[in-house]
Amino acid sequence: MSQTAAAARTDTARTGARHGSLGDSIFAALATGAGVFVLVLLGAIIVSLFIGGLPSFRAFGLGFLATSDWDPVQQIFGAMVPIYGTIVTSILALLMAVPIAFGTAFYLTELAPGWFRRPVGIAIELLAAVPSIIYGMWGFFVIVPIMADPIEPFLIDQFGDLPVIGALFQGPAFGTGIFTASLILAIMVLPFIAATMRDVFLTVPAVYKESAYGVGCTTWEVMRSIVIPYTRVSVVGGIMLGLGRALGETMAVTFVIGNTNRISSSLFGPGNTIASIVALEFPESAAGSLKLSSLLALGFILFVISFIVLAISRLLLRQKPMPGAKA
Amino acid sequence: MPETGTRPTIGALEARASAGLNAPRISIRNLDFYYGANKALKAINLDLPDRQVTGMIGPSGCGKSTLLRCLNRMYDLYPGQRAVGEVLMDGENIIAPGVDLNNLRSRVGMVFQKPTPFPMTIHENITFGVKLHERPSKAEMEERVEWSLTRAALWDEVKDRLNTSATGLSGGQQQRLCIARTIAVRPEVILFDEPTSALDPISTLKIEELIDELKRDFTIAIVTHNMQQAARCADQVAFFYLGEMVEVGSATQMFTAPRERRTQEYITGRFG
Repeated sequence: MSQTAAAARTDTARTGARHGSLGDSIFAALATGAGVFVLVLLGAIIVSLFIGGLPSFRAFGLGFLATSDWDPVQQIFGAMVPIYGTIVTSILALLMAVPIAFGTAFYLTELAPGWFRRPVGIAIELLAAVPSIIYGMWGFFVIVPIMADPIEPFLIDQFGDLPVIGALFQGPAFGTGIFTASLILAIMVLPFIAATMRDVFLTVPAVYKESAYGVGCTTWEVMRSIVIPYTRVSVVGGIMLGLGRALGETMAVTFVIGNTNRISSSLFGPGNTIASIVALEFPESAAGSLKLSSLLALGFILFVISFIVLAISRLLLRQKPMPGAKA
Repeated sequence: MPETGTRPTIGALEARASAGLNAPRISIRNLDFYYGANKALKAINLDLPDRQVTGMIGPSGCGKSTLLRCLNRMYDLYPGQRAVGEVLMDGENIIAPGVDLNNLRSRVGMVFQKPTPFPMTIHENITFGVKLHERPSKAEMEERVEWSLTRAALWDEVKDRLNTSATGLSGGQQQRLCIARTIAVRPEVILFDEPTSALDPISTLKIEELIDELKRDFTIAIVTHNMQQAARCADQVAFFYLGEMVEVGSATQMFTAPRERRTQEYITGRFG
């Protein structure tokens, strides 16, 4: 009993010193507010995009997704072409960027001499810091002319006559188009993917690599059988990070994709993406017009696509928990 | 469990000593080792007797693990680490440039301090190393899996769950899996780097019995901080201090009549 009393006394004695408890509650409230604010913000963006796009969804229904027209005169708008362009350019960009990013990360973590790792690592980080408008200008003034001559004519000559895949290499070599946009996107997402891969490769405990070397593995076998399985989760995460950036990239793509609302079977044909069509058409859309509503609807769709990408990656990653997490 | 049910004692140790040491399987001659500019091993001369156990003891940082890592050239993975001298195996200097490292490491296996199961199934953990060096038929491979797991005293515990993840095993089982994985490649020499320091006493006992059993087929080197373990397992014991090999001798001689005062002091626990 006397102990309780003593405890009570110390408590009272401390109350003076504990005016911090008010500070604590204020801080807790602020932190909670900040946490909730993020959720509210996200919800508000989704809802306002949806409400903005509602007239368009009402007018065209689900057909909005499957219509390839974009005709302000007839007031017919469809999302198919920009959705197609967004997905195709992003996937092509990943196809080009992931192998190079993997090679870069592999080289930097396993092969490069120590003195060379830092400069290359810094170069990757600088590459990630280049603003996208620069990539756009550079792409337009440097890459597009090179693509127009000699790269695209060469590819058309080489592959254009082949059955099936020949269809991908057709048409006039303008230099702009889906392929060039994908190439620029690949260059832009490369540093993100490479830096993530390098960082996660470095997290593999040396002792696991040593035990694989210890049974006689080559460097590549260690990479394939130990490093990649261990880091699979984070590697996919890094690729998704790149995909997220590729899906929403606007400026650089607008410069080089040709901005034509058409689906072409050829990789060299011009096209557009959700982000590029919104950037180009937004200033010319009157408030309250069906066109503006359609653009907001496109924004909503881009949001949903990004969300689906994220959800799929989470789902993929959950199926197999990270091996060795226990160890 | 291997058939050697009883635990080796000092008595067994004397029996072992009376048999003497076999001809060397590996001969280390004038070996220096550098971490950058820092000399970690100084003029080491040591023979590892064929199909017997050499225990390496000494305080932390004395170079015993470094010496072990010279024998399969694990140090080669790290820039700035280099060895000078000779490590002779079948008359070949295995630390010379141009040695096929993958082949060397298939001949000199290693078991680490921490169990390091690969992120695959138990079965794949065994076949993984084998497939790197040979292309056995499916039946041969199954035989090899059973053989190595049996030799590692793990078969009975895992035979019904070979296709489950190896990371689900207990620490002691994981370590025996690592031993099975190592012997599956059929090396000539097995290096143990403090193989029981992360394990409980029962698992430790199993590993020690295993080492005693494995030396019928393999030449073994074991680094340990545990004097009793060295006494129980080793035929020959080498004592290291500050990068030098102070003394080497049969286990009996080292633990009963060490020649050097520093050895005596270390063994009796006065330092280290």
